[in-house]
Amino acid sequence: MQNDAVVTVADLRKVYGPVTAVDEISFGVQRGEIFGLIGPNGAGKTTTIECIEGLRRPDGGRVEVLGLDPQREGDSLRPRIGGQLQESALQDRLRVWEALDLFASLYGKSVDWEPLLDHLGLAASRNTAFAKLSGGQKQRLFVALALVHDPEIVLLDELTTGLDPQGRRGVWELIADIRKQGKTIVLTTHFMEEAERLCDRVAVLDRGKIVALGSPEALIRELGEESRIVFSIEAGLDRESVANLPSVTRVEIIGERAIVHGHSERMMVEVVNALSGAGFRFRDFRTEQPSLEDVFLRLTGRSMQEGEEA
Amino acid sequence: MRGLWKLMWVEAKLFSREPMLGFFTLVFPLMMLFCFGGIYGNEPNDYFGGLGMVDVSVAGWTALVIATSAFMSLAVSAAAYREQGILRRLRLTPLSPLAVLAAQVAVLFVMTGLGMLLLIIAAKLVYGLRFDGSALSVAGAFALGALSMFSLGFVVAGLAPTARVAQVVGMVLFFPMIFLSGATIPLQAMQGAIRNYVKILPLTHVVGLLRGAWLGESWGQHLTEVAVLSGLLVVGVLISLKTFRWE
Ligand SMILES: Nc1ncnc2c1ncn2[C@@H]1O[C@H](COP(=O)(O)OP(=O)(O)O)[C@@H](O)[C@H]1O
Ligand SMILES: [Mg+2]
Repeated sequence: MQNDAVVTVADLRKVYGPVTAVDEISFGVQRGEIFGLIGPNGAGKTTTIECIEGLRRPDGGRVEVLGLDPQREGDSLRPRIGGQLQESALQDRLRVWEALDLFASLYGKSVDWEPLLDHLGLAASRNTAFAKLSGGQKQRLFVALALVHDPEIVLLDELTTGLDPQGRRGVWELIADIRKQGKTIVLTTHFMEEAERLCDRVAVLDRGKIVALGSPEALIRELGEESRIVFSIEAGLDRESVANLPSVTRVEIIGERAIVHGHSERMMVEVVNALSGAGFRFRDFRTEQPSLEDVFLRLTGRSMQEGEEA
Repeated sequence: MRGLWKLMWVEAKLFSREPMLGFFTLVFPLMMLFCFGGIYGNEPNDYFGGLGMVDVSVAGWTALVIATSAFMSLAVSAAAYREQGILRRLRLTPLSPLAVLAAQVAVLFVMTGLGMLLLIIAAKLVYGLRFDGSALSVAGAFALGALSMFSLGFVVAGLAPTARVAQVVGMVLFFPMIFLSGATIPLQAMQGAIRNYVKILPLTHVVGLLRGAWLGESWGQHLTEVAVLSGLLVVGVLISLKTFRWE
């Protein structure tokens, strides 16, 4: 596997004056996978992805993309990668179709961008000026521009920030589609749910360092995070009858609210059986799966929001 | 190469969508013409060496268009492209930074030339504009004048931290120059001492060279202007390249 790495980052370091934005991080991205750089704002995601794109010059370490050095061999590399930047824009009065036509012409090979318009749901706005597009339309246009020359690696920085939930889901489907075409995707996000849904593997960044690396499932499992069941009870609950269940580790009761912590997938069945067997009435029953948020909390002692640098 | 042509074509279309740019480049010189032509006409006059008001003013109004393009359009748009992140996005493509600059210069150069051409045609049709020089010499003076001022526009964009600052600096350079360089008010109308001071304004030399070429004088009679403008062009290009930033 390791020898099929299309992106290799080794001991990458980047400082801005007194700030060490990226502090000797290392990881590899395999061909065909969706790799996520995740972490709170200020963690160093953008700096890392832009070093891979060749937009920023590392202060230390090594970056290799498709066997090329993005700084010295950018001319050979740029036609083979496509990117969407966290901060960029187009000319206000440039129309959607003109942007695609222009960007397509900047690459040696000619590409038919018309299907891309349809595919990204931009066909109806093909004559709309950039400044008049909604946030979601702009994001989709930038995705289209990142794909217009059929690159091998697609790099997406905070793709869904600023989108409403519906727009976000649309973009998720899009990314799954891109992967189906055999492309490698590197993305950054500070939405953990997004990373769990999309990424094959993630690197969790905090203050410029990688604090965890692996598939979201494996990270959640390895860190031994528990599932939770939350429900409201009408009469007093016999705590022991639930706490003694094999899959349950801990029971909290706060007022008429019960929170049951435990491990296996059997926990829900066991708890429901125990409650109904004892004749307890309960409502608002829901389960909470452990998430990358919990992983981050466990690893850093801070929640994602607390982790944000001003 | 195909990309560069496409980029120029796009820039030209964008120019046509900015009514303000089109107005100041193409329409405003005509307004100057009809305004002054309407008041003074273009009768031969000893004060202008046997020529008319319009004959001696066309060169200055052309310099006015050049200054507008350089200090109002180019300086601001180059800084705005950087500030808004347009250059950042282009940087991910195989396009070189020189191509981005070249496209902007080329389009503005053509538009500015168009402004001059419209002015000349209208002056010819309405006021019987007299012309004793060679078209080639005028075109050369226009090219040297425009490119040297454009390079200064890029210097403003390169040194200004934001588009807003570039706009202010552009105006601070633009307004004194259009009034004191002879572009709008003939230098003859100024007192002797002032006429020497205004030589430090780059645009004064554009006006001088263009007017000389228009009146059929040889470039040899305008070596100072040619030297100053060539020097500005070289220095301007060097500083622009040095201060060029993608973001
Ligand atoms: N161009 C820059 N100049 C100075 N500091 C920067 C610059 N870019 C990023 N930083 C700093 O580096 C750190 C990491 O930023 P960034 O890579 O943008 O993080 P993220 O994308 O995870 O939010 C932050 O503290 C940020 O303030
Ligand atoms: Mg970022």
